[in-house]
Amino acid sequence: MKKFQLGEFEEVVLLVIGILQGEAYGFAIKLEIEKRLSRTVSMGALHTALLRLEEKGYAKSFAGEQTMERAGRPRRYFEITALGKKAWEYTRASREELWKALPGNLWNVGKA
Amino acid sequence: MLEKLKTVEMKNVSWFGQLLLFLFRHFVDPRIRDHIEGDLLEQYFHLRSSGKKSRAERRLIVDIFSLLRPSLIRRISFKKSLPHNVNAMMKNNLKIAFRNLKWNTVSSIINIGGLTVGIAVALLIGFWVYDETRFNTFHANYARIGRVLLKGTDSRDGPFISSSLPFPLATELQSGYDSVFKHIVRSSWTQDYILTAGEKKLSRKGNFIDPDGPEMLSLKMLKGSRAGLSDLHSIMLSESSARALFAEADPRGRTVTINNKTAVKVTGVYEDLPLNTEFNYIQFFSPWDLWVRENDWILERAATNWMNHFLRIYCELKPGVSFHTADGTIADAEIKHIKGLENYAEQTARNPKVFIHPMKDWHLSPIDRKAITDPKPMRMLRIVTITGLFVLLLACINFMNLSTARSEKRAKEVGIRKTIGSRRSQLIAQFFAESFIVVILSFMLACLLAVITLPMFNGLTGKNIIVPWSNIYFWFSCTGFIVITGLIAGSYPAFYLSSFRPIKVLKGTFRVGRFAAVPRKMLVVLQFTFSIALIICTLVIYRQLQHAKSRPVGYDREGLIMVDMRSEDFEGKYQLFRSEFFKTGVVAGVSESRGMATEVVSGNSGFGWKGKDPDNMESFGTLPVTHEHGQTIGWQFVGGRDFSAANISDSFGVVINEAAAHFMELKNPVGEIITWKNQDQLYTYTILGVIRDAVMESPYKPVEPTLFFIKALNGGVSCLNIRVKPGIALSKALPAIEEAFKKVVPAVPFEYKFADEEYAMKFAAEEYVANLATFSGLLAVFISCLGLFGLASYIAEQRTKEIGIRKVLGASVFNVWRLLSKEFVMPVFISFLIAAPVAYYFMAGWLQDYQYRTNLSWWIFIAAGSGALTITLLTVSFQSVKAALANPVKSLRTE
Repeated sequence: MKKFQLGEFEEVVLLVIGILQGEAYGFAIKLEIEKRLSRTVSMGALHTALLRLEEKGYAKSFAGEQTMERAGRPRRYFEITALGKKAWEYTRASREELWKALPGNLWNVGKA
Repeated sequence: MLEKLKTVEMKNVSWFGQLLLFLFRHFVDPRIRDHIEGDLLEQYFHLRSSGKKSRAERRLIVDIFSLLRPSLIRRISFKKSLPHNVNAMMKNNLKIAFRNLKWNTVSSIINIGGLTVGIAVALLIGFWVYDETRFNTFHANYARIGRVLLKGTDSRDGPFISSSLPFPLATELQSGYDSVFKHIVRSSWTQDYILTAGEKKLSRKGNFIDPDGPEMLSLKMLKGSRAGLSDLHSIMLSESSARALFAEADPRGRTVTINNKTAVKVTGVYEDLPLNTEFNYIQFFSPWDLWVRENDWILERAATNWMNHFLRIYCELKPGVSFHTADGTIADAEIKHIKGLENYAEQTARNPKVFIHPMKDWHLSPIDRKAITDPKPMRMLRIVTITGLFVLLLACINFMNLSTARSEKRAKEVGIRKTIGSRRSQLIAQFFAESFIVVILSFMLACLLAVITLPMFNGLTGKNIIVPWSNIYFWFSCTGFIVITGLIAGSYPAFYLSSFRPIKVLKGTFRVGRFAAVPRKMLVVLQFTFSIALIICTLVIYRQLQHAKSRPVGYDREGLIMVDMRSEDFEGKYQLFRSEFFKTGVVAGVSESRGMATEVVSGNSGFGWKGKDPDNMESFGTLPVTHEHGQTIGWQFVGGRDFSAANISDSFGVVINEAAAHFMELKNPVGEIITWKNQDQLYTYTILGVIRDAVMESPYKPVEPTLFFIKALNGGVSCLNIRVKPGIALSKALPAIEEAFKKVVPAVPFEYKFADEEYAMKFAAEEYVANLATFSGLLAVFISCLGLFGLASYIAEQRTKEIGIRKVLGASVFNVWRLLSKEFVMPVFISFLIAAPVAYYFMAGWLQDYQYRTNLSWWIFIAAGSGALTITLLTVSFQSVKAALANPVKSLRTE
């Protein structure tokens, strides 16, 4: 049952939006991901993901203030929607389920 | 403030980064681009401020390229970013353009009509010019064909060119110059011959040429092959000759008799040469060798004689050989043979050089006997081209003037359109659409008009032009013309009017500048300058023509019939002719003469008389006639008497004209003795009478001193003259004369010429120019007036209110008329001041070519100027009187 479509990178972005709590705009999200996951994120990938999230209704955005450090360009802040939260939960729940179903010995092998 | 900040910071981005950002802005969806760009810049400056300058650059590059992905590029809103539908806009433009044409009926008709006439004329003239430059190109090897000529310098007459060449020169060229020539073709002069096939008798022009000729001229063979002249007794007929002789039957193998003497067999039929070739009048070809065989004297006396000039030589060069090289090779072909020969000292002294006159120059740059290249055909071509271009220019000026004048009225329309939200580019497109529609419409109408008038035009110019529909250059130039005219005429409204600020226009504070009308007035001046100059030229040409036509001719041309006696059948039949003709009762006189009354065909020197200045080189026209000639032609004697058959001693009498008497400086010429020396024999003649100068040659030149003999030393008569009784209709007289003629010489077709028609032919070239000048002059005036009419109606309309107020305040109709007409009188007056000296200069030059010429009197200029002014006033008055008569109440209430 594919109730909620959420790609791996989209999931990361959605999580980071949640972490940043109202301070989530493009560059901040990028920095956060790079800091926490130590992986490089391209602007293209990030903004495509943001656009997709918005289209799917998991996130919404609003225009922010124009600031000097951005040469007068506005920020666009993202926040998570109720649907987004559901998708979150769903993804997390389905993962847990899968984890639980994993045989114990395999788990141990993995640990060793 | 923000704007300022933005620019300051943007400046700090490296130039490459800026370029990339520009790219980014251009491609990425505008709705998301601003904040993404913000992110990019924030990152960029973030990295830079932390000292990672090169990393900042690298990241920017990578990120921007990562952003140029389909999901972000102007994806969603591509259609929405162009708020209008292109097709609908085009449709709207066309619709508005047609509506504008419909609403302004008068100016549309003037616009389209004037332009149509102008383009049609330009098309016709273009066809004519094209046809002229394509002369002779029918022949496949046109570029390599030429005519061999001799040039030299005579100690007495100066440089000369001879197209009659001696027989041995042809032999020389045929033998030693294989590296240069592909074909050498000898030819006789073109002459009329009587061709007989069964009962059919026809007079046809023909040449006797070498068998290579048809190949060289690339004749299109309908029957038989181009090698048809290899048989000695053969003839190749043109299609029309073949049809006339044999109707539809295949003429090959049939026998034709030339001049009732030589029987030849038809070996081929070729398609008639087109009108725009030099040889188009040749209706049959026979072998050169046959001509040599038929004329014994050639082999007896001329074959090795370099003095006897009588044949023509045509040649085709080998591919790759230039005329220049060929000229260098053959230059001495004659002189190397005659140098040092006995009797040839004089001829050698003339230093005769052989050269080739290329076929491409025959028509437009012919060389005359004095070695002067005749500039007239080329000049004519240029004048016609310029005239055509000017007529076209006049039409374009009208078009431009009217559309700019009209467009000023549309300033308000522009204002409203802009207020509603029209973009400038849309307005530009709309104005261009309008001008292009008019040009294209006129062009199509002009094509139609040109096609309809082409037969008439062909008749007028004596050409056989067809529209070159399949010629790609024709379409190129037409398209080019449409585009250029459309752009020029449309550019003023398109660019100037569309730049108006709507608020100014709508408030009414906008005024078209006081000088906006200046370019328009200058164009009107240009139009009228050309028109007036053409009127002056037309008047001068007509006056010159009238002047020459009204010159006293010295003989009577009415009812004079002339028959060329070109076969031996006429010999010894003179008295028989006389009695048969007089029996018909319609003939008043019969005589024979050398050449027609309208030409002097032979001349000689070697004369002596009392008191002759030995240094004075004379050359008299020498014409043998019969006793009754003077009476038949209508000589007018100023002294002495005519020949008399009763007086046997008159056989050695001579009648001279006034010019001859004047030349000989004899006070009482009658009774004086003239001697004529020929081959060491001296003959003596007594002057019997002096006649008034008869214009036999060019009516523009002084009359040549001419002597008339009964027994001349230069051969006999060649023309039979018949004078129809005055008062008897030619339609009645001709059948009777023909019947009598057939009785005397049944083997010869009765072909005759009228003296008055032959004389009229002398004016053909000038009449051609006169017709052209009249035609283009009328057109120029017509088109210019059309333009004025349009401008006048525009101005009257524009000043409706002003006129209304003036009338309310008491202005009379005359006052208003004067006010409106004044504007147009000035340009016409200035035009006259420019046109008069220009026309004077050209016409004075033109008249220089004529020795017998009219003068350029001042009244011609005054007449042309006042004529132009009158036409202008008439044109303008129609509008201005209409405006002046309008009820002021009505005109003040408009809008």
